[in-house]
Amino acid sequence: MIIVENVNKTFGNKHVLKDFSAKFYKGKCNFIIGASGGGKSVLMKCMVGLITPETGSITFDDRDFLKLNYKEKINVRKDIGMLFQNTALFDSLSVEENVAFPLRMFTTFTEEEISDRVNFCLSRVNLINLNKFAPSNISGGQKKRVGIARAIALNPKYLFCDEPNSGLDPLTSRLIDELIKDITIEYQITTIINTHDMKSLFVMGDNIVFIHQGNKWWEGEKEGIRSSANNELLAFMEASEF
Amino acid sequence: MKFLQNFGEYILFLKAVFTKPEKLKIFRQQIITESYNIGNSSYGIIALISTFIGAVSTIQIGYQFEGSLLPDYLIGRIVRDSNILEFAPTITALVLGGKVGSSIASEIGTMKVTEQIDALEIMGINAASHTSFAKIIGGVITIPMLVLYAMILSLVGGAVSGWLSGIISVEGFVKGLRTGFVGYNVVFAMTKAYTFSFIITSISAFQGFRTVGGALEVGESSTNAVVYSCIGIIFFDFILSQLMLF
Repeated sequence: MIIVENVNKTFGNKHVLKDFSAKFYKGKCNFIIGASGGGKSVLMKCMVGLITPETGSITFDDRDFLKLNYKEKINVRKDIGMLFQNTALFDSLSVEENVAFPLRMFTTFTEEEISDRVNFCLSRVNLINLNKFAPSNISGGQKKRVGIARAIALNPKYLFCDEPNSGLDPLTSRLIDELIKDITIEYQITTIINTHDMKSLFVMGDNIVFIHQGNKWWEGEKEGIRSSANNELLAFMEASEF
Repeated sequence: MKFLQNFGEYILFLKAVFTKPEKLKIFRQQIITESYNIGNSSYGIIALISTFIGAVSTIQIGYQFEGSLLPDYLIGRIVRDSNILEFAPTITALVLGGKVGSSIASEIGTMKVTEQIDALEIMGINAASHTSFAKIIGGVITIPMLVLYAMILSLVGGAVSGWLSGIISVEGFVKGLRTGFVGYNVVFAMTKAYTFSFIITSISAFQGFRTVGGALEVGESSTNAVVYSCIGIIFFDFILSQLMLF
């Protein structure tokens, strides 16, 4: 579980996150939704340690990330997998080398063990016979799947997905959704998904946090969204044609 | 004021770069790859430029000797000293500042704007060190070798152009090369080569690493890497000449 408490972040005069608190549960697909510029990406960057908030706490299963020293933070980060909006695969490495990268950096596996793990992760995301391809030579959906394979290579406890469906056709989007959902349940990962895709939310969402102008505007299960009296949330839903 | 801020950021970047690598085996492989890439992509252009610089300097010195009472073999001596002391290290560094510098800055800059650097940070890897340390070491190993290579080829180019143009025979040129040879000049040239190689690789990596934005900013970082590397090379050329030759 990840608990975010009273997090504040400002950029110059702009107060992007205002006393933000939320809980993200283990084995669940936790969604962060909201309009562009509302603070979703800043929240996610604070959670993974790319941005340091001015105040508040971010606790990964009793480990307060902001209070940890450098080495302790690295240990937490080894438990984090992240799927980026633009996949962020390493251009200079092949598909299998991308997946093998965290294994080479953080494990004492032999080359044979690394190869086995890479093949397992790639087959888990239904990618076969693409091991030697460069990321530039595969499709957007395949890149996302390689990104997921890389993210789960070290058996992470926490999986962050930033706009996992952006730029994908509807069919591939659903495949990626199913994959993330399956992996979350199978490995009991705390998965946090930052998205605008309401169809994804209704297919796989367990816990939903609606962020509006840096505040947590609404939190609950997806079934409660339609019956919510929250005007901003309803307007967001209507704009998404759901 | 902005210069001081940038310089401070550069020093902090170097502090982040020069830390113990996560995995020495991977680091060694990275150094070999970077050294190979720098050397393999540059030896052709360095051969061309240094050979022609040696050739042109022989012809120009021969032109100034025309009608003088000075012995011809001194052409070889002057070509040797001017190439070893200045042309080989400085021109090679300026060329590599453009070629290697822009390549390093654009590679790291692209990694930055495509979130590859963020991916490294989230994994718990020191991204500055992982992306730049091996490039700096690879450059410091390879660029001085290219400077030595440029020295030799410039003298070969000088001898050939002297012979082809009839300015001086090969024997006369070689006699000039062997007259009054001072080994310290090579030490001076190699000191410059090591300094310049560090300037090129570290400044370019820094420019790439501080890229924010998109393709346009990657281009800007690449241009800045070349400009600041060249300024650094010229500045330290002057400082080292003053410190080591007088």
